[in-house]
Amino acid sequence: MSGEASKTMSNAVLWGGGRSPFSLSYGKLMIWFFLVSDALTFSGLLASYGFARHSLMPGMEWPIGEVVFSSFPGLSGSYPLMYVALMTFILIISSVTMVLAVEAGHRMDKKGVVKWLFLTVLGGAFFLGSQAFEWSHFIHGSHARVTLADGRTAFLTENPHHNEAIDPATFAMTIGSVQSEEVVKGPEAYKLYQNAISVVSGANMTENEYGPTSYANFFFFITGFHGFHVFTGVVLNIVVLTMVIKGIFHRRGHYEMVEKAGLYWHFVDLVWVFVFTFFYLV
Amino acid sequence: MERDDIIEYSLNAGHSEEQGRVIRKKILFVTVLLSVITICEVLLGVFWSTWMPDSWHWVKWTFIVLTMVKATYIVMSFMHLGDERRNIRSMILMPYMLFLMYIAFIVIWEANYVHEVLRTFL
Repeated sequence: MSGEASKTMSNAVLWGGGRSPFSLSYGKLMIWFFLVSDALTFSGLLASYGFARHSLMPGMEWPIGEVVFSSFPGLSGSYPLMYVALMTFILIISSVTMVLAVEAGHRMDKKGVVKWLFLTVLGGAFFLGSQAFEWSHFIHGSHARVTLADGRTAFLTENPHHNEAIDPATFAMTIGSVQSEEVVKGPEAYKLYQNAISVVSGANMTENEYGPTSYANFFFFITGFHGFHVFTGVVLNIVVLTMVIKGIFHRRGHYEMVEKAGLYWHFVDLVWVFVFTFFYLV
Repeated sequence: MERDDIIEYSLNAGHSEEQGRVIRKKILFVTVLLSVITICEVLLGVFWSTWMPDSWHWVKWTFIVLTMVKATYIVMSFMHLGDERRNIRSMILMPYMLFLMYIAFIVIWEANYVHEVLRTFL
């Protein structure tokens, strides 16, 4: 039994018998092909996000990233985009440590590869943890959208956490938008709140306090899909790191596997650069 | 199984201590550049409305251009595509760019049209 792959072929047929026209090994060529197809998936997602945003139902408003993502773990108050910026920075730095690991591999410096690859794994883990924070904060919400009896929209200045009772004396709402100057305060505002038609707090797949339903859905899907890629990358890096420590690549004579895992890791960083721009900034 | 009919390109990828120093210098440069661009983007995102209100259109395009600069440096320098042969570079980038420009154009164009239709008839 013999298929095409196991057939004996003369060297004159394979690559014309000479060098590969790309001067690349099979593995690297294939990881590039994979990355291109994966990049197409992400561009499709971001393009559909653009479609949803530009074809928005008249009268609705697309949420502003600086308003939605303005919390920082451990700190109260508003720090617009600061945590996302930190996440972006961490991911870029972990990309840098990865490229340093590849460089160390080219010099057959096993210790260097181990050091830089370990730092890369650490950066990836930090990013994943941050994303978990972002998600939990996004789902929990920070202002709760209230539809008042007269049809106006109001936002709580302070979101009541699950089991806390609301104190009418310190209760306050902004009318129209989160950043609105028009504020109602005290028991009078609390009465409006109690007579409200609906209160949406946080986000889920069917409704959210920030804006259109599709906004939260795109957030969950795009950052979730990217987070899954980061998770995969961290697992890959751990596998490669174990193999480096075992000395497998040193015996093989080259650290190309680090390079291939690195290509994937840089790609994850690259995608985040675009997600950061189109989801958080623009 | 060892095969002597395959050229091991992976074995030729190494470089010396001296070359390594030059490469690390370049990595440091790109790192600083990417960090500075990210910081600029965030500052612009947070303060543009206080610094220069009514300029959202320009701010938006600044973001997109800066992102492209970042992407170019990541792909060309970190992913070493700039060091590869020109044929593989074109094979990766050309079809992708073509498709991307097409889909970006068609999606935004259609979305604006749908929005107009909703605005007119709803």
